[in-house]
Amino acid sequence: MRKTVSVELTPEVAVGDYVIVHVGHAIGVIDAEEAERTLALFAEMAQAAGPAAS
Amino acid sequence: MKYVDEFRDGALARGLAERIAAELRPDRRYSFMEFCGGHTHAISRYGIAELLPEAVRMIHGPGCPVCVLPVGRIDQAIGIALQRGAIVCSYGDTLRVPASDSLSLMKAKARGADIRMVYSAADALKTARANPGREVVFFAIGFETTTPPTALVVQQAAREGLRNFSVLCCHVLTPSAITHILESAEVRQYGTVPIDGFIGPAHVSIVIGSAPYEHFAEEYRKPVVIAGFEPLDVMQACLMLVRQVNASRAAVENQFARAVTRQGNLAAQRAVSDVFELRERFEWRGLGEVPYSALKIRAAYAEFDAERRFDLHYRPVPDHKQCECGAILRGVKKPVDCRLFGTVCTPENPMGSCMVSSEGACAAHYSYGRFRDVREAAA
Repeated sequence: MRKTVSVELTPEVAVGDYVIVHVGHAIGVIDAEEAERTLALFAEMAQAAGPAAS
Repeated sequence: MKYVDEFRDGALARGLAERIAAELRPDRRYSFMEFCGGHTHAISRYGIAELLPEAVRMIHGPGCPVCVLPVGRIDQAIGIALQRGAIVCSYGDTLRVPASDSLSLMKAKARGADIRMVYSAADALKTARANPGREVVFFAIGFETTTPPTALVVQQAAREGLRNFSVLCCHVLTPSAITHILESAEVRQYGTVPIDGFIGPAHVSIVIGSAPYEHFAEEYRKPVVIAGFEPLDVMQACLMLVRQVNASRAAVENQFARAVTRQGNLAAQRAVSDVFELRERFEWRGLGEVPYSALKIRAAYAEFDAERRFDLHYRPVPDHKQCECGAILRGVKKPVDCRLFGTVCTPENPMGSCMVSSEGACAAHYSYGRFRDVREAAA
């Protein structure tokens, strides 16, 4: 599905970026490094929970 | 989709739930309020409430945009359309909110009012351009996420010199609503609503940043963890809150670091402060009048202010007598405590605003939780 989205509120956005869209506007750009860090933390926390998590 | 699916992993969610359970103090309970309707929806839809240990209770806050919109404001929009003949544009959810005289914007449309559903504020501007002989009003609602797009269309209308476009501004502010809840008798006396911490909103925080929460984390000694909208985000935020409570800390932490910074979206904040200023008071459904909790259009853009253009004066209107939306929005009651829930009041025929939007506490529970009640009652 294609939708037209305004990037007026995220002037720093570049082709290939992921953005968060709200009512037709990109309101923020995803920080890929921070996303990786959060995912790594999930895995770490779940592992610390022991074998039941596997 | 990237950045969505990996944040919904069920095995990781169960692992996080066990971690939370392992870290709970056996001698106490934990009550956290998720302020934002997006989180309320996620908690119901993904079964997070059931995944969490019994000692952790999530209290649904008032952060659902249409739920806090008082009847008097919808009456104003209906009046502009029905009596003044203007085209009124608004977001889809707004159209079904019950107003006075058994009306809603949708029902007013059936009576001949020209009401149009728009996906974005820019669509309302297009409608104004396409209908130069008609007054076109954008009924603008929502928190800090929908405010910047409204600011952009007002700026654009000014640049184009559009004479037939105006905005009925009902934008409200998250931090003042949270402060209001913390100041309420229910929370202060630690009676009906004990709150040990807050899950801070995702999209709102992208715009305003994490800094605005620092004041009340410090002032009211309540931890705040800003979280993304995916289930793993919410689970991790709960764990972070449990750890703060156990350590008697009250800090602002940011679980949603992939999208939220301390200062927020500056381009959006600039547009908002150019067009809007604080209102001295604004009525919220469920919370009553809250000082400095909403925005109005600045004098420099007065010609685009529908309240001035149509000389509107706000009149408060009480809710349906048996509707418990007010108490539900403050976290004092649960949807099932309302006599109308699921019988007279359903998403198809909502009596109260909490049943209208999928982000409302009642609609979320009706869609995803009401059969669990049946199972629990049978067990």
